[in-house]
Amino acid sequence: MRIYVEGIGLIAPGLPDWQAAAPVLAGTVPYLPAAVVVPASSLLPAAERRRAGVPVKLALAAGQEAFANAGRDPAATATVFTSSSGDGENLHRICEALAGAEREISPTRFHNSVHNAPAGYWSIATGSREPSTSLCGHDASFAAGLVDAFAQVVVDQVAVGLIACDHPYPEPLNEQRCIAACVGVALVLAPQATPRSMMALEVHIEAAAGVPTVMADPALEALRLGVPAARCLPLLAALAHGTAARVDLGYVGALQLRVLVTPC
Amino acid sequence: MSQTQPWCFPLYIRHSSKRLPPRLQPLAVSHYSLVNSLGRGTAATLAALREQRSGLRPCDFAGVTLETWIGKVAGLEEAPVRADLAYYDCRNHRLAQLALEQDGFAAAVVAARARYGATRIAVLLGTSTAGILETELAYQRRDPASGALPADFRYAGTQNSYALADFVQRWLGLGGPAMVVSSACSSTAKVFGHAQRMLAAGMIDAAVVGGVDSLCLTTLYGFNSLGLVSSQPCRPYDAARDGISIGEGAGFALLERVDQALPGGALLLGIGESSDAHHMSSPHPEGLGARMAMQRALDSAGIAAGAIDYINLHGTATPANDSSEDLAVTGLFGTATPGSSTKGATGHLLGAAGITEAVISLLAMEHGFVPAGLNTAARDPALHCDYVLENRAAQVRRTLSNSFGFGGSNCSLVFGAAD
Repeated sequence: MRIYVEGIGLIAPGLPDWQAAAPVLAGTVPYLPAAVVVPASSLLPAAERRRAGVPVKLALAAGQEAFANAGRDPAATATVFTSSSGDGENLHRICEALAGAEREISPTRFHNSVHNAPAGYWSIATGSREPSTSLCGHDASFAAGLVDAFAQVVVDQVAVGLIACDHPYPEPLNEQRCIAACVGVALVLAPQATPRSMMALEVHIEAAAGVPTVMADPALEALRLGVPAARCLPLLAALAHGTAARVDLGYVGALQLRVLVTPC
Repeated sequence: MSQTQPWCFPLYIRHSSKRLPPRLQPLAVSHYSLVNSLGRGTAATLAALREQRSGLRPCDFAGVTLETWIGKVAGLEEAPVRADLAYYDCRNHRLAQLALEQDGFAAAVVAARARYGATRIAVLLGTSTAGILETELAYQRRDPASGALPADFRYAGTQNSYALADFVQRWLGLGGPAMVVSSACSSTAKVFGHAQRMLAAGMIDAAVVGGVDSLCLTTLYGFNSLGLVSSQPCRPYDAARDGISIGEGAGFALLERVDQALPGGALLLGIGESSDAHHMSSPHPEGLGARMAMQRALDSAGIAAGAIDYINLHGTATPANDSSEDLAVTGLFGTATPGSSTKGATGHLLGAAGITEAVISLLAMEHGFVPAGLNTAARDPALHCDYVLENRAAQVRRTLSNSFGFGGSNCSLVFGAAD
């Protein structure tokens, strides 16, 4: 079963969008790490824009780019969101407040604490009432999202936006779970080839036969290992190359995903 | 409405995407288990529903000083997780373990594992707050000089949402796909959809679905900050309803292909999912998203609204939820379909509400009764669905169970029985 990539969105250190990232990931332009500038979303109404945390902004930036590239209406498209750790800054503030004498947390902090905050803000921003889910697979969160998005496209024969994001915890949580940088990534996936289709994908769940595909560039490899949402980088590199490739992504336990990328 | 402003996309390619969802291939719900404040095992929940007995009590949890009632599971403090999985020990996983031990559930999974192999059974679970209580408690024990968390804090075993699936997969000795859905109060309804898709795609042969939420400070103080916590046992659909009672609970179901269903056995017939596109913590006032989820669930089951004999309402007892849900329900079903919220008995189990109320829907079918909503003294005259206040003996052939969550995440499930 093949599905089709129609649009890609990316925001990561030194990779501010897909257009800039594609030649870097294809190996024709050198990778220069640089801090991520997290944009305020132009999609959100003012009240929600003020309340949105960093992961929401990353998800919306990547999602908006991917849907724009795909030329697909987000209001009519199902979504799969995935993140290892959600909004770590917000969690930290809540736990700090709950450890204090007053135990007071704000309503905004509380509603931002749900793992599906990016999905909720996305739905408000795009006006989408289509199905949306929010997943976690620890380091395999992107892979878990890809599995569900693939199954949804194949089984329900609908397009799906897959959106992954992660950002660093502040201390003291950072010491327990280091997420190295801000990363948002999005793929618009469709059941049939369209004029916008870039490449075709097949996803197979397999017993891990070897190590996951790595990035040749050491700094990109560090990014891949440092941020759960960046575990997709070898897949993005294959899409940037535009030639047939096999990408192995670490999945859960002793499983891995074999992703076959082919020109369509 | 500012939310629907057209934005920067120059051109949409119009796809013919507005067709009906494909008819769902039913799934066998082969086994299921529950633990909540009504007791351990489905028999305890059934007995309490039969007796119209609530598990709610005045809050006595973790030094919380709020005036509210909670649905607390007794004995968790004395029930650590299995020694080989001590890395995962926390209230959430203790509750998970208790539910795995009820109703012969673990044995049923062992039998399925022999049938399909450990890698062909997925573990697809929901939780909204995971083991956050451990993190809250760890923040009370930070090093005064460095601010560091205590050395016994175990991030990946407790705080990360995936810890639940990781723990349950190891506990059951499975090795297939695993993940956690965390979409607030729809989480453990949505897991049925994930399982259905993975089965239909041929990725797996069976799935353990369900999940857990346990009491913690974040939800008690968080819902309180929103003014959504009642000082009394929650009263869904009551004219004077004024908020939720938070509970904790766990439930699991084993899903297999329909050819594994025993005659009369429970089937998942339909799933409907939608988003509100309205607000992060308030439902759409007319229940648009809720209605869409219910309609899609009926469509995917291939049945009309009149074929549903009982609706287990989301019915949180907040003024906004019950009025928006009632509009959605009566708009789709009219006013004759019996419905109730069982949250007066269990409290709102948040991420565990979906699986708990799915199993209660199955119990209603199996035992031929419509369970009453508890604590409601006077039905709100502004609400028009047939809200049931006394248990009714009835042939319940098909049920619909609603779960709606923060972020406008909606999921409805339709259950029936095999011929």
